[in-house]
Amino acid sequence: MNNRHLYILAATLAVLGTAVFLYKVRVLDLPLTMGQEREVWTVEARITFEGKNDPVRLTLLLPRSTFRYSIINDAFISQGYGLSTSENEGNREAVWTIRTARGPQTIYYRAEVRQAERRQPPAKEKPPPPKSRLEGPELAAAQALLQEAQWKSADTESLVLALLKYLHQPQPDDNLKFLLNTRPAETDRIELAVQILALVGVSARSVHGLRLQESGERPRLLHWLEVFDRGRWRPFDFAAAKAGIADDYLAWWRGPSSLAQVRGGEGLQIGFSVSLDQEASIRLAGKGRAFKPALLKFSLFSLPLHTQQVYRVLLMVPVGAFLLVILRNVIGLSTFGTFMPVLIALAFRETRLLHGLALFSLLVGLGLLVRFYLDRLKLLLVPRLAAILIIVVLLMVAVSLAAHRLGIPQGLNIALFPMVIITMTIERMTIVWEERGPGEALKQGLGSLLAAAITYTVIHNRQVQHLIFVFPELLLLVLAATLLLGRYTGYRLVELHRFRAMLKERP
Amino acid sequence: MLTLAARLKALGVLGINARNADYTLAHNQRRLYPLVDDKFQTKMLAQKAGIPVPELYGVVEREVQVRELRQTLKQYGDFAVKPAHGSGGNGILVISSQRRGHYRTITGNFFTQPEIDHHIYNILSGLYSLAGQPDQALIEYRVQFDPVFEDVSYKGVPDIRVVVFLGVPAMAMVRLPTRRSEGKANLHLGGLGAGVDLVTGTTLTAVCLNERVEEHPDTGAGISGLQIPHWETILRMAADCSELSGLGYLGVDIVLDKYKGPLLLELNARPGLGIQIANGRGLLPRLHLVEKHRPALATQEERIAFARENFGAARAI
Repeated sequence: MNNRHLYILAATLAVLGTAVFLYKVRVLDLPLTMGQEREVWTVEARITFEGKNDPVRLTLLLPRSTFRYSIINDAFISQGYGLSTSENEGNREAVWTIRTARGPQTIYYRAEVRQAERRQPPAKEKPPPPKSRLEGPELAAAQALLQEAQWKSADTESLVLALLKYLHQPQPDDNLKFLLNTRPAETDRIELAVQILALVGVSARSVHGLRLQESGERPRLLHWLEVFDRGRWRPFDFAAAKAGIADDYLAWWRGPSSLAQVRGGEGLQIGFSVSLDQEASIRLAGKGRAFKPALLKFSLFSLPLHTQQVYRVLLMVPVGAFLLVILRNVIGLSTFGTFMPVLIALAFRETRLLHGLALFSLLVGLGLLVRFYLDRLKLLLVPRLAAILIIVVLLMVAVSLAAHRLGIPQGLNIALFPMVIITMTIERMTIVWEERGPGEALKQGLGSLLAAAITYTVIHNRQVQHLIFVFPELLLLVLAATLLLGRYTGYRLVELHRFRAMLKERP
Repeated sequence: MLTLAARLKALGVLGINARNADYTLAHNQRRLYPLVDDKFQTKMLAQKAGIPVPELYGVVEREVQVRELRQTLKQYGDFAVKPAHGSGGNGILVISSQRRGHYRTITGNFFTQPEIDHHIYNILSGLYSLAGQPDQALIEYRVQFDPVFEDVSYKGVPDIRVVVFLGVPAMAMVRLPTRRSEGKANLHLGGLGAGVDLVTGTTLTAVCLNERVEEHPDTGAGISGLQIPHWETILRMAADCSELSGLGYLGVDIVLDKYKGPLLLELNARPGLGIQIANGRGLLPRLHLVEKHRPALATQEERIAFARENFGAARAI
């Protein structure tokens, strides 16, 4: 086997990768580091429903520019639908229509949102005095409730806060029970607050939106309250019953109407994704360059947002695999299963490292106990593996439930652990335990955990993620290095220790 | 760290990466692996070539045969159970005697019939096989080991490992079981490895768990200077196995039976590197020398003579 072939191949890959990388850095001005400007976000709503072979009319309320965020670009993505946008009760609205739709339908709305400079709500003219819709017994109950809040307040702000606290009390009194149905949603409480405030002539409205943050979780709709006070619409955090909201709240629509409605379809569902839009930041920051090079059209940024998020994770797998090559072939760490630590490191994404390590050790430890017990039953291999798998799933459920009870939210993410990998780890560990002693089993177990921890710190490093996602051609360099390591015939680090007896003076 | 590596390199120590890339991958064709990975095939092949092996009592291929096996086992007072595809000594059970349905292992544990059955079921389902594929269980003659190693073995069966490169024996050691290795002779289990002078067949230095030792940790007897009987035959068997298997880089494991002399235990296409520590010598200079002179060594006689000439303890490499 001639190594020259390998060197030429590796060099070609490395040159190719470096060339594309340098072109993107030098000519296209793509940033090497994560931007500090963090200002352009892409917000995507994915609307799905089932067509019933009827004409379909889908309306969706759209976000509009506010003092906090300006909408710099809208995109509507659908297959064969007609589209119109209009204003409706202070909200922007998009209407998609089609003659017939059959089967699952997916429509995307994507907005580019830029953080605005202003921090204060703008002064506005006083809206016309509000009218409450409360009547009869409801009115009486609301007035009784209002009286109590007024008693404890000096101005509009303290009145609102007193009212919010009242609406959130854990044991609602009879008045409140009467006004709200048995299991009130947060929006119901907010609408009630709006109606009650209208009784004293205070204009208020509900606001619905998202938080612009990259949390890795699917963003949920949030609801808060805006009250017109001293010439401005001032926000109140409804759930926490306090004035003001965090800066990263993006208002999507206002008022009691629902976000989307469909006629001629059923099973309407809306999912959101939010991400810091690097491409747009790059475009805006990129020294005023207006054109969009062909190379960028084929970049990962052209994919839908949730697909991009999948690739953000998938692209880190090669990096993890490369790390494992180093850990195993250059350092000589022993692990259970070749790529098990990479999969474990991926699973730590939601739990974070320490919780992840703790949960993983807990699960494997409990699994080992059960496995040692199963050993006495003398089961055949495949049924035994299946039994461990079933027990692992049950343990995961048990841990989730216990963590939920104890109020440890990270414990719930145990559901994302790769259960087959855990099952095989438990089985292999037991075999090693029996054949080569607990010491060796623990050594390999700790080796696996160490490898997972190292892999985790690298593949969840935001800078590394940024580099690989913006410059996927770097993976060619990783491939080249992996190929070269495939012919690495030097000593492993642990071998220096293993052969130490040979270095001592001969007797 | 780099100086450590440089010193090992100067000693000619073969590392695991170099062994895999330059020796096993380069000289051992993948298609020949099944011959050595399957002890049943190895045994058949060796028998055909006239190489002595421990007698095979029976093969269990399917779960239903386990019941029939009980009858077979009753005929023999002692026997060994092995997975055909086992590696690293895993899954081997050696029974030294049986009484009223209880089997006594050489390490002194007792097994009931259901426990023996379960062990065989485990073997069949591939618990001990390399890739976890379904396996066969071999029942064979228990080797009565030669008294030469009596003082330096703690139970179990000591064996002799010869690394053969391109038909030339390159290095040898004796593997001696210890209390820690539970009757198995494998070095990574805590077995003791003693280097062997290729010329005379006498033992040299020894190593246990990567540390050099002078005496057997359990019996306290000195290890070096033991003369291995039938040394000439052992070298010839090792060289024969190289031809038999077609593998360029091969580990040959041989046991010495009190009555039957040297018997071929198994072949290994990826022999371990501990043999270097046992001998206090690196393999690389020897392997390089063999590579250089191999074309001139046409017959087996010449190859063995070459080994005895160059790889004696008195020589520099």
